[in-house]
Amino acid sequence: MYEEISSNKWKSGLMLAFFVVFVVAFGYVIGLVWGGTSHPWYAYVGLAIGFLIALGMGFSSYYSSDKLALSTSGAQPAEAYLQDANWRPLAIRFENAVEGLAIAAGVPKPQVYIINDPAPNAFATGRNPAHSSVAATTGLLAMMTDAELQGVIGHEMSHVKNYDILLMTMTIVLVGTVILISDIFLRTFWFSDHNSGGGDGEAGLIFMIIGIVLAILAPLIAVLIKFWIGRKREYLADANGALLTRYPPGLANALRKIGSDTKQLKRANKATAHLYIAQPLRTKEGRGSVMNRMFDTHPPIEDRIARLDAMAGQFQEIQPGEGGGARPPAGAPAPQ
Amino acid sequence: MVTQARSAIMSAGSVAESAKAEGMVTEALKSLFAVAENYPDLKANQNFLALQEELAGTENKISYARQFYNDSVMAYDVARQKFPARIIASSFGFTEQRDYFEPETPGYKEVPKVSFS
Repeated sequence: MYEEISSNKWKSGLMLAFFVVFVVAFGYVIGLVWGGTSHPWYAYVGLAIGFLIALGMGFSSYYSSDKLALSTSGAQPAEAYLQDANWRPLAIRFENAVEGLAIAAGVPKPQVYIINDPAPNAFATGRNPAHSSVAATTGLLAMMTDAELQGVIGHEMSHVKNYDILLMTMTIVLVGTVILISDIFLRTFWFSDHNSGGGDGEAGLIFMIIGIVLAILAPLIAVLIKFWIGRKREYLADANGALLTRYPPGLANALRKIGSDTKQLKRANKATAHLYIAQPLRTKEGRGSVMNRMFDTHPPIEDRIARLDAMAGQFQEIQPGEGGGARPPAGAPAPQ
Repeated sequence: MVTQARSAIMSAGSVAESAKAEGMVTEALKSLFAVAENYPDLKANQNFLALQEELAGTENKISYARQFYNDSVMAYDVARQKFPARIIASSFGFTEQRDYFEPETPGYKEVPKVSFS
């Protein structure tokens, strides 16, 4: 488990570093094509402007990321559920689990939110452990046994503890930079059919073609890198979550249950999809080509379960248990 | 028996002593729940269920706290033994810590037997 965690950390760090280099190189080449030999400094100016804009957008969203994620998901503070006699057993089990895992992780206890939705899912958000929140759907809380629930929460809190929100924000800033630069480049290129001071004849043309190809491909590459990093960190959160609970079968069984459930989360959308524990936007079975899978925010569930089972080692095959805590009577309305 | 165990925890000194005292509380609670199995009305009672949930939650928190303590001790030991620190650590007074929490009750691995006869 420890080796997986450390290898994951340096691999995703390396990918981020590569991404930075990629962005710088991209900006440089584009600037070179644009300015030609007479204005070589275009490269640096273009890159700097793109980077600053993307940085500004990225970090303003970083500071409000948790409020945004919580409000779009329809999460409500758990207090409302704790006071309602119908929902209290479900909510108190959740609260205890979050508090216990916060102790195990050595982080301040996150704010606890509940989403009224029968689809099982959970997410955690927060720019650092001191400003974090954890949310789970009522579907998840009813479906999971204690061990499975703690596995899921362990996974989510590991995301916060590993500063994954910060990492994804940095990645998104880089993606934004690439998109901005290529957008501007393609736009100006389209509206003027020659660039000022473009180099001599042949070389200039080749450069231009390279520039256009890059400008079209780079955003695609950037986005793929972002999804790759996101998936890698999901594996890391799985491993760390299993380490926190010292019980990989808990999370593995929870994933089995989530994987076989077909309900779609009512208020999911692409922007917050990566925060959840499992892909909230359900796709058809047999999800298709490698190309499609590269755009997934989460690794395939079977693969995650297999890795957790490998970690479990000495445990015998443990099947998912009967759903946990007292459920509220059918038709009990959610507290407002 | 439970109150006795509780006061033992309060007065415990070292890590080993408090682990032993906490083990006693766990044992006492186990027998409390085993007795409660004979009273079906009590088992279904909402308050009793809430009590069980609180106790289970608290036991979890205690064991997570111990786990965190053990992790911290281990992280400290590892950091002490890694290359640059190893040379200078002892001269700055960073001695080896092996004061881990160990499970104290002899039968901790066994599942308590509850009979419904």
